[in-house]
Amino acid sequence: MSTDTTVTKSGGSGVGPVEDVALYDVDHPAPLIEAPRKRTSKTPRATRGNFEMAAWLFMRLSGVVLVVLVITHLLIQLVLDGGVSKIGFAFVAGRWASPFWQVWDLLMLWLAMLHGANGLRTVINDYAERPNTRLWLKGLLYTATVFTILLGTLVIFTFDPNIR
Amino acid sequence: MATPTMDKVEAEAAASSHLITVTFRIRRFNPEISADAVWEDFQLEIDPKERVLDGLHKIKWDLDGTLTFRRSCAHGICGSDAMRINGKNRLACKTLIKDINPAKPITVEPIKGLTVLKDLVVDMEPFFQAYRDVMPFLVTTGNEPTRERLQSPEDRERFDDTTKCILCAACTSSCPVFWNDGQYFGPAAIVNAHRFIFDSRDEAGEQRLEILNDKDGVWRCRTTFNCTDACPRGIEVTKAIQEVKRALITRRF
Repeated sequence: MSTDTTVTKSGGSGVGPVEDVALYDVDHPAPLIEAPRKRTSKTPRATRGNFEMAAWLFMRLSGVVLVVLVITHLLIQLVLDGGVSKIGFAFVAGRWASPFWQVWDLLMLWLAMLHGANGLRTVINDYAERPNTRLWLKGLLYTATVFTILLGTLVIFTFDPNIR
Repeated sequence: MATPTMDKVEAEAAASSHLITVTFRIRRFNPEISADAVWEDFQLEIDPKERVLDGLHKIKWDLDGTLTFRRSCAHGICGSDAMRINGKNRLACKTLIKDINPAKPITVEPIKGLTVLKDLVVDMEPFFQAYRDVMPFLVTTGNEPTRERLQSPEDRERFDDTTKCILCAACTSSCPVFWNDGQYFGPAAIVNAHRFIFDSRDEAGEQRLEILNDKDGVWRCRTTFNCTDACPRGIEVTKAIQEVKRALITRRF
């Protein structure tokens, strides 16, 4: 038997009586690390409801729709008909003249923002350990999401091609 | 033609030669000595066809009697000796030394996500709390029949996989969502709910689905498949969780 780490044992050889005083013994064991948020009688009961299910479903459905929306968007913007060099104010104005592309972009904005925000929400739920960290990260996330969605929607609906 | 004496000598030589030297690197924790867990190495001669549990027995019986771990049946049925061996949750009694590269030190740790009480022993209470929460017992209404509750082989087959669970906690303690937050029900509880939700004789399936529809229920599963990989009984745990999710959606809409 060989030890690669020092294990404190009472009566260890070559250790003076003062250094040998163990911090913990049978009557004073070291505090155990509680399991994180161990379920106790004080834990608030039942956070049931269909929100988590709706969020889970939304991620699957919006993901499928986004694949179509985003790939077509990227093709039009970056690949077809001259590629990225054609993009300018006139090109955007021309596309947004059609209600079809307005709805397309609006749908893409909403779905992508909500999909991404919900994904980050689950990441925060999984990784942020302290309630305060959670609160602040989620507050920041929701603020940024609402701001971006509102701003984007405003631009799509109030876009004026004759702006000077 | 060998004499009997020579035979015996040869047999002894053969018997000793198949032993190999293995280093067990064990995560030790004793709250009566120190607040910190430390790695401790033990070297022993062991037959590579023996199990990790036999190695732990040799250490406890011959080298250091203070080594603490759980084991009851020692044959893969009771589910007491789930531990993290070489970084993977396994049953010590079902893991052969030769299968986990004995040339390198074999690391043995307690399962993660549960409070360590001493050495390899953890507090299983949060795990069993989640198990109790899903009501793992038959619920029926009406009068008790005077004979068995009959079931067709197809109906029995529906939940056959999840009846194999031995509650060793290898799956739940391999789940990263459970590590972060002891609130998640965990794979084992969902597997045992699945066993009754899909049982044609049981009548509380809807109630169990409602329990698992919790914020910390099945929707926290990230399908990382750690649980399926860890299960010593070969239960397709992630599949069972997905089936519960599907049941939640299809039974409502």
